[in-house]
Formats: sequence, C-alpha cells, structure tokens
Amino acid sequence: MALLEVRDLAVDYLTDRGTPLHAVEGVSFHLEEGRSLGLVGESGCGKTTVMMALLRLLPQEGRIVGGQVLFEGRDLLRLSEAEMRRVRWHQIAMVFQGAMNALNPVRTIESQIVEALTWHGLARSVQAARQRAGELLELVGIPAHRGRQYPHQYSGGMRQRAVIAMALACNPRILIADEPTTALDVMIQAQILELLEGLQRDLRLALVLVTHDLGIVAESCDEVLVMYGGVVAEYASSDAIFNTPRHPYTQRLLQAFPDVEEPGTALASIPGNPPRLDALPPGCRFEPRCHRRLQVCAAAPPPAIEIASGHWVSCYQAEAEP
Amino acid sequence: MTSSSSLPALNPVPGPPPGGPGMGCGWPQAEGVPLLQVEDLHKEFPLPRGVTAIVRRQPRRIVHAVDGVSFALDRGDILALVGESGSGKTTVGMNVLGLQRPSRGRVCFDGYDVAEWAQGHGPSLEVEGPLAALSRRQRVMRLRQRAQMVFQDPYEALNPRQTVFDIVAEPLTIHRLTRSRDETEARVQAALETCGLVPAGHFWKRYPAELSGGQRQRVVIAGALVLEPDLLVADEPVSMLDVSIRADILNLLHELRRQRGITILYTTHDLATAGFFTRRMAVMYLGRIVELGPTAALLSRPRHPYTQALISVIPVPNPRRRHTRTILQGEIPNPVDIPPGCRFHPRCPQAIAECREIDPPLRPVAPGHQVACLLC
Repeated sequence: MALLEVRDLAVDYLTDRGTPLHAVEGVSFHLEEGRSLGLVGESGCGKTTVMMALLRLLPQEGRIVGGQVLFEGRDLLRLSEAEMRRVRWHQIAMVFQGAMNALNPVRTIESQIVEALTWHGLARSVQAARQRAGELLELVGIPAHRGRQYPHQYSGGMRQRAVIAMALACNPRILIADEPTTALDVMIQAQILELLEGLQRDLRLALVLVTHDLGIVAESCDEVLVMYGGVVAEYASSDAIFNTPRHPYTQRLLQAFPDVEEPGTALASIPGNPPRLDALPPGCRFEPRCHRRLQVCAAAPPPAIEIASGHWVSCYQAEAEP
Repeated sequence: MTSSSSLPALNPVPGPPPGGPGMGCGWPQAEGVPLLQVEDLHKEFPLPRGVTAIVRRQPRRIVHAVDGVSFALDRGDILALVGESGSGKTTVGMNVLGLQRPSRGRVCFDGYDVAEWAQGHGPSLEVEGPLAALSRRQRVMRLRQRAQMVFQDPYEALNPRQTVFDIVAEPLTIHRLTRSRDETEARVQAALETCGLVPAGHFWKRYPAELSGGQRQRVVIAGALVLEPDLLVADEPVSMLDVSIRADILNLLHELRRQRGITILYTTHDLATAGFFTRRMAVMYLGRIVELGPTAALLSRPRHPYTQALISVIPVPNPRRRHTRTILQGEIPNPVDIPPGCRFHPRCPQAIAECREIDPPLRPVAPGHQVACLLC
C-alpha cells in the first residue's frame, strides 16, 4: 500500500458570479515512503492548490468536489476536522511558499519553534521544548545557540532552513516543500536541496517538491508529475520525463530550459499563455498552444493513458513517436 | 539617432547594424575606445556608528561593496556579470549608470568619466569637448538617453496606475525627443513591437495588472529601448519569470544585440542563462572579479575554484547526467570584514597555506581569459 495515494482529485473555486472555476481536475498520483515526487508546472497551473487540498487547507472559496486522498489507506477527505488535525503536521507537513519571509520578526527563532511544539503538546515543559527546538535546528544545519537570534539576523538560506525545522517539529512522514529555493542563489539552492535529500534519506521522509524549475526536479526527484492548466499532463519516473517525454507540453518545457552543458542550443519558448480558468478550452487544455494538435484535441479532453509501466500521459498522440 | 532635441549630438550616428550573427566584433569603434571601460572601480559604504562606538573612538566600519573591478565592453558586445547576492554586481551596474559615485577608480562611457558627467563634481570640473557647453542636468540627460537599465522585478518596476502607452512614452516626454503626438505614438509603437508586443495598439491602453509577467518585462524593456540607448544594463531580467517565459526574454535581448548592436551588461546569479547568450563572462566574488573570460571556455573549463563550484551546482535537466556537486558551505562573508589573503580562501576546497596571505591579482591564463587564483 502506498503511503499516500491521490485519486481523481478535483477542486473548484467559487466565484461571485456563481459559476465555479475548475482549478484542478482528475489529479492522481502516489507516493511511497522515502521517495520524492516533483510537481512541476507554470504559475497558476494548480500545483499549490493540489497540495493545499490534500492538507485540507484550501481558502474559503475552494471546494474539493471529487476524488480521494488516501493516507495509509484512510481517506483524508472523509475525516472530521478533529481527526484531520492529528494528520496535519503530524503525518503530512508543508513548507509554504515564501514562509521564510513570514517568520515573526520580533520573536526569536527558538521561541517560534517552541510555540509550535507546545501547541501540539509535544513537549512536557518549556525546558524540554527548548531542547527539542535546538535539536531540530541542528538537524537542518543551524547551530542550536543561534536559535536565540531573530529572523533579521539570519540570511535567506538560514531562514529557509529554520522554516524546514519547524515543519519537522511533529515528526511528519511526508514533507511538502512549495518552491523552497525560489529567490535563493544557486549555491544556497544547492545547500537547501542537499539538506532536503539528507532528511529524506535519514528520516525516511517522503518528499514532494513543488517547483517550476525542471532542473531541481531532475537533480533530486524520483518521480515527476507535470501539471498544465489544472490537469496532469504527464506522470512518470524522472528518467522517463527527461529522456522520453511524450506529452508535447513536457517536450516544450524541456526545450525552454537552458542546459549549461550544451550551450548554444536555441531556447524555444512556448508561444501563448496558459489557459484562464474562466475560459478553459473544451478539449485538451494545452490544445491552443500545442504544435502537434489534431482535430480531436479541440473536441474532448484526452484521457490519461499508461503507455509504459508507471508512465501516464494525457495526450491523444502519446503513443506516436515524437 | 532620431533625436530632435536641441542638445548637440555627442558622437557620430553609428553605422548600419551588423548583418548577421557573430558580427558584434565588427561594430565600428568610436575613436578606438570601448563603449564602456571600468577601471579599478571601488565603492565603499560607511556604516553608521552607534553612540558607544563613537565614545570609544572605534574606527568607522566600511562595507567594501566593490573592491577593484576593471573590465571593458566593446560596442555591440555582451558581458555577463555573474555572482551570488552580496558579490557587488548590482553596485557595479549602478556605478556604470552614474547612479552612484565611485569611491575610487572610474567608469568611462564612450570616453567620458561617468561620475563627472552625471554628477558634475569630479576630481576636476574641467569637462572638455562638446560636453563643456552643457549644464549638469543636460549632461545627465545625455547619459540617461544613452545608457538604460532593465530592472529585475517587472511586478514592481511598473506604475500600476499608468497605461502601457504612458509608461513607454514617458521617457520620450522627459527627454523632449518627439514634437507631436503622432511621432510619440510611432516611436512607442516601434519600441513595443520590437519587444514582441504585437500589435502594439492592442496593448497600449492596458494597465500592468492586465499583463502577464513576461509581457510586463517586455514593457520594461520597451521603456528602456524607446530612447534608443547604446547600453543596456540588465539586472537579473529573468529571475522573476517562469522558465517557459525566460527563453522569450533572453531571445529578445539576444536579438537586440544582434540586430541593433546594443551593448548589454547582463548581471545574474544564473550561469545557465548567462551561458546561453553571452560571449564573455565575469565571475564576481565579494566585490572582485575572480575570473573573466570567453563564456564557452569558462563553462567548459573553469579555472577558479569558485567558478568550478558555481558551475557544479547548476541543475542539469537530466537525471542521467547527475554529477557530484561541489557545495560550498556557508555564505559570502560580510563585505565589512574581508578575509586577508585571497578573499575566497575560507570557503575554498583547494586552499593552501599561501592563500591566507597572498591576495592574488587577475592574471592571464589564456588569450582573453584571466583568473585571480594562486593555484591556476
């Protein structure tokens, strides 16, 4: 049994005009212990919505309208809020995008971790909580004594580490990191990725990396889920995504990424813009920008088909040679 | 130049743009000087002292943001200035544009000292040549018209209450470059269409909030291009954009250089995008250039340990080519306390005893390739 299995997840956002926007439709994937999954796509493709939905942290307008989120076989969507609170952070934790800039500036890092520990009842005394906060900081490579410093005394990379330490406070089994290295320099990015890989290995964490950067995914993920306009375009092992991509969107995305080992290759951008949620195309959501579209593509959305073991593609021409 | 201002032209109108790729070198040189020459540039920022420090008569602490940087940029050339945050690359860009005054050394734009030119109070106030007839304000205007900046964040750089037309037309109004509304419209249209916002009329009544990130960055570039500058300082122009849009903006800058011979100083922390369209690259560390050379040579055979580490951590978009990364621990030290000897030695994986004492100068290791390292 997979640690986490998401089946046909669908999320709508309610609007003032009454017509719901279908932000996410038919997203399925699974995650095993100690493995890592990369969730890739352009801004607005629904990456963060999927993650928020499985933690049941969607904003008020968001509605989960279908699907299942099975954690060790239990459907999280059917739990009461009280039961869900025992899963959230304790089993599945998330480092939100930009969380490193949301630390409380007038409190020390340590006190912010202690707060989380006492709130969740994980420490008997303040002493014990401080001890544990120190351990958590050491775990992410920050000397424990620096816990008594304030966020402004930390660099960007250290604040990101501190936020990861907080997410680990309740010993979760799945860690979701939403754009953990955006806005960080390449060297700091490499340090954070090394840290996440180490945690994944040492704590047997299952890791979900949400990012728009294919390079990061290639470096540190076992499986990749490529999303486009709220649906899954392609889902396969990292090796298959980067070496035998079958969805035209994945192919185009790879061509748009500069490869430092092959300088001089032309970068091809993807013409057009991602679809607006209030004007989704009736067929395949990528059809208006696709260079290989057929008539059928505009008529009905293509179903996801498994073209090889574990390699899913939502495209009518998935089995045709690229 | 289609300048209709009353200011005298400073240099002859450049010849026809080069015909094809790789012709940048053949661009005619004005009197044999590079368009931009930075000589031993230093920029220091004194830190404010607290009361205790003043009472104890402690010396004033100084941030050495740029500490002896020299390079030259020929007309139509493009140079990538690469470094992590805190390496001083943005400060170099600010000094190049005359937005700051160097503490030591100088920046020559087309043979004129930018600090004197833009700020009017240099070591000597004697300005020779056609500039002498101009007031300080007029000199600043001339510089602004010829050297423009493309900012990092297109979400912050545009006034949300101005339409695209107003944003792009504003520089023309400030520089009084057009006489009629028709002329302004024609130039705004040309600038927008050069930047890929076609048809221009479709965009110019819109506000920034109605545009995507890539479109906004095109508007920012159009606002710089409308003055037909010779030099663009592009400060991390794609770091805020999605990967699928980055390629567009990089291709646009590449075309501007190729077709119009615009000189570009491209500052970035991303070696991969820099490698894609620049021909020379300067790697900065803690206020100094540690390696300067042809992009291809620098990427395929980096000499300086810092460059080697930077290249090793660039994500390679293929899991089959995962390789050992040289991850430097810690971060760039505070530029107040620059380590003695080679400034990179505390983080250098290859440092030897001498590195703690000797501050290595930039030395040539191959034609056009210089490295500041004792081990190279």
